[in-house]
Amino acid sequence: MRSGDRQPARWATPTRLALWALSALVAAAVLLPTVYLFVRAAGADPQVWAGLLRTRTLEILGRTLLLAATVTAASIGVAVPLAWLTTRTDLPLRRAWSLILPLPLVVPSYVSAYLFVSAFGPRGLLQGLLEAPLGVTRLPEIYGLPGAVVILTLLSYPYVFLSTRAALLRMSPTLEESARSLGEGAWSTFWRVTLPLLRPALGAGGLLVALYALRDFGAVSLLRYDTFTRVLYVSYRSFDREGSALLALVLVVLTLVVLGFEAWLLRRVTQPTASATRPPRILPLGSWRWPAFLFTLAVAFLSLFLPAGLLLYWLIRGLNSGETLMALGGATWNSLLGSGLAAALAVAAALPVAILSVRYPGRLTRLIERLTYASFALPGIVIALALVFFGARQAPFLYQTLALLVFAYAVLYLPQAVGALRTALLQIPPSLDEAARSLGRRPIQAFWEVTVPLLRPGLLAGASLVFLTAMKDLPATLILAPLGFDTLATEVWSAVSEAFFARAAAPALLIVLMSSLPLAFFVGRE
Amino acid sequence: MKKNHAVLATTTLAALALVSACAPAAAPTAQIIRETVEVPVEVTAPPIVITAPPEQVAAEPGRLVVYSGRSESLVGPIIAQFAEATGVQVDVKYGSTAEIAATLLEEGANSPADVFFAQDPGGLGAVANAGLFAPLPEETLSLVPTGYRSPAGLWVGVSGRARVVVYNTEALAPADLPADVWDFTDPMWAGRIGWAPTNGSFQAMVTAMRVAWGEEKTREWLTAMQANAPKVFEGNTNIVEAVGAGEVEIGFVNHYYLYRFLKEQGEGFAARNYFLPGGGPGSLVMAAGAGQLETSANPDNAQRFIAFLLSTVAQQYFASQTYEYPLVEGVAVERGLPALAELNRLDVDMAALDDLAGTTRLLQETGVLP
Repeated sequence: MRSGDRQPARWATPTRLALWALSALVAAAVLLPTVYLFVRAAGADPQVWAGLLRTRTLEILGRTLLLAATVTAASIGVAVPLAWLTTRTDLPLRRAWSLILPLPLVVPSYVSAYLFVSAFGPRGLLQGLLEAPLGVTRLPEIYGLPGAVVILTLLSYPYVFLSTRAALLRMSPTLEESARSLGEGAWSTFWRVTLPLLRPALGAGGLLVALYALRDFGAVSLLRYDTFTRVLYVSYRSFDREGSALLALVLVVLTLVVLGFEAWLLRRVTQPTASATRPPRILPLGSWRWPAFLFTLAVAFLSLFLPAGLLLYWLIRGLNSGETLMALGGATWNSLLGSGLAAALAVAAALPVAILSVRYPGRLTRLIERLTYASFALPGIVIALALVFFGARQAPFLYQTLALLVFAYAVLYLPQAVGALRTALLQIPPSLDEAARSLGRRPIQAFWEVTVPLLRPGLLAGASLVFLTAMKDLPATLILAPLGFDTLATEVWSAVSEAFFARAAAPALLIVLMSSLPLAFFVGRE
Repeated sequence: MKKNHAVLATTTLAALALVSACAPAAAPTAQIIRETVEVPVEVTAPPIVITAPPEQVAAEPGRLVVYSGRSESLVGPIIAQFAEATGVQVDVKYGSTAEIAATLLEEGANSPADVFFAQDPGGLGAVANAGLFAPLPEETLSLVPTGYRSPAGLWVGVSGRARVVVYNTEALAPADLPADVWDFTDPMWAGRIGWAPTNGSFQAMVTAMRVAWGEEKTREWLTAMQANAPKVFEGNTNIVEAVGAGEVEIGFVNHYYLYRFLKEQGEGFAARNYFLPGGGPGSLVMAAGAGQLETSANPDNAQRFIAFLLSTVAQQYFASQTYEYPLVEGVAVERGLPALAELNRLDVDMAALDDLAGTTRLLQETGVLP
């Protein structure tokens, strides 16, 4: 299992055992919802199994996979050029773009899709603007697959952008420069040198995008594209817990398929041995400078400026018609507290898993690392009900406490931390640790003094991602939060579900702002 | 140069954060309204007088845990009013009715909840059928008409929500609209209708069809409607908005959403309600209702709370603040709403509307639901 001449000098056995034990514990925690699903599905009667095999279900499975694949491809198509432009070229305002481009991730999908429909839908804002001067009464159809792909891509491309950008920043420029000096053009250097080196980052980011698309409910339902999650919600809403569990297990299988596919794509990735020692040379874009700028602006406009602008417009319209703002201090604090603790817990849990899988590569460690993704494609309601089942029955003292909610967030969003830490660790050559050891440091000490400081960007990235996804989380919060624990996301939901748009705007804007701060902080430090 | 951009972006973010951090603080009155719960405006109700028996006043008021499938903006004020008047410490869990009901089913006997306040009969039925409700006292049940309470006394209706057809006033006049929901199967309505098949109230209407028309006729209606290619929306709100914008001409919704749009966007909002006069399933008036959990740790407070929801004050609140129908006699409806007695409602027992699984299956078989 541990095959390898590439193995670094081993840590002391107790440390290694502790790593294994902690990782196994983390994997077990993440598998808890799946265990619940098996318990429930075992009670399903044969009729439910028959229902599962309806042709319609299979058709929806196909549609779901199609959506996930298209969104992933589109995200890579959007994000890789943006990451390259902001790290390697003289794109105008490139520092500012590095801060702005990851931000769409903080817009909850139920908000973004709603705003998208009200802007570009039939008889939406855009059509209203075009009607008077141009007589436009019909816009192209936005519902169905195209609309869902556009929205989900705009919301999730930052996963790929962040991972690719981090990889580009840490990649040693010498390889690209050697290629250039050997006569390759900029374009072919990108294809033949840069892109292959980016594969782990594309894998990590693309995986999160694909699973996000599998899990999303808000955007697909507003854009009327039937995916598996919708079938699952319909089933939950008719109180069919056994049938729902079976369907959710199908989603777990889909996740495994996606994970397997990613592993297959990355089957022969070499670990880079050199990391960036100096900033790469900046490539002048020349006449491409302004087209590149417009492309970047268009992505930022559609994914961030437009939703934020519409929210402001709602807020102002509401205030003008006499709506009073609700006090949001309590909800803001609750959101910060819950998401902050979740980020800390997720990073702490991800660390042993990431170390084990990177420093002791083998089938078993890889499996443990993959298992942490098991719950990521499950809609929040599944995780939440599973934890209600275990919490209320086995651990009543934990039930409806902040601790259980934070645990749920960590289980749901752990892969983002694992992915960020893994990518960062892969780029830190173990030889650094070994050098420190040869100078007399004990292994743990060497790790702490050498690897951890280099790992800091990864830690920050992972923590920020968990923080912001926990902040916009709705289903788990609604079901598992302590009594009276309102968050900004539940305030948005409460207002939107009753058509009080002006009231929804303020908490939605606060979510965007609150989660922008850590993101801006970690991107700004790179 | 590079540095400058970073600084610029960070200052903009900080400035935005500052603005929005100030915004809530600038509205201290809203805070007061939320906490002391004098309902802000348009209240026609007299001040609350809760006449509690002397022994209850003397005793420690205790706690109450309410699971509410109705949103905080709708019922928060009236729950707070109960807490204020009785001194009971009320903790509320908000969520959608279906999700809260699913939570109650998973919690089983270990539920911390005392009361389940649900939006629709389907949610109440699921919890009642799982044997999780305790019977309510007769004097509470008898406040509302039969048909709006569980025959076994397990839950009681609190307010009425009428199914209506919302229509675009620029495209249609009431005279253009048929009397019965069946008539929308006419091909003349093709492409003009909006509906929300995942919505609980829509599903309750389909359940009512199965009760009133039988399985076969309901299937025919659904199939014929599908042939008219109705636009699918996520919920009532989206439909009312789309009808107002002219995206579709009519939609099947609950009556009270329209009034919130009129309040936020003014009388110029181009949609109005049409109450189907035919008395069929399209004229269903559903109950939102409440029941007491059998495992309640505070059964006295649970019963007091449910009785409070049926008090004149609370019924008046639902009429004037949420534009719903009071179910207790003698409470007036909001201006502009036809009185409940004037409506030709579908005569159906709410308790008969609990077979959501059957309705979901039918909706899936006809391809309405995925």
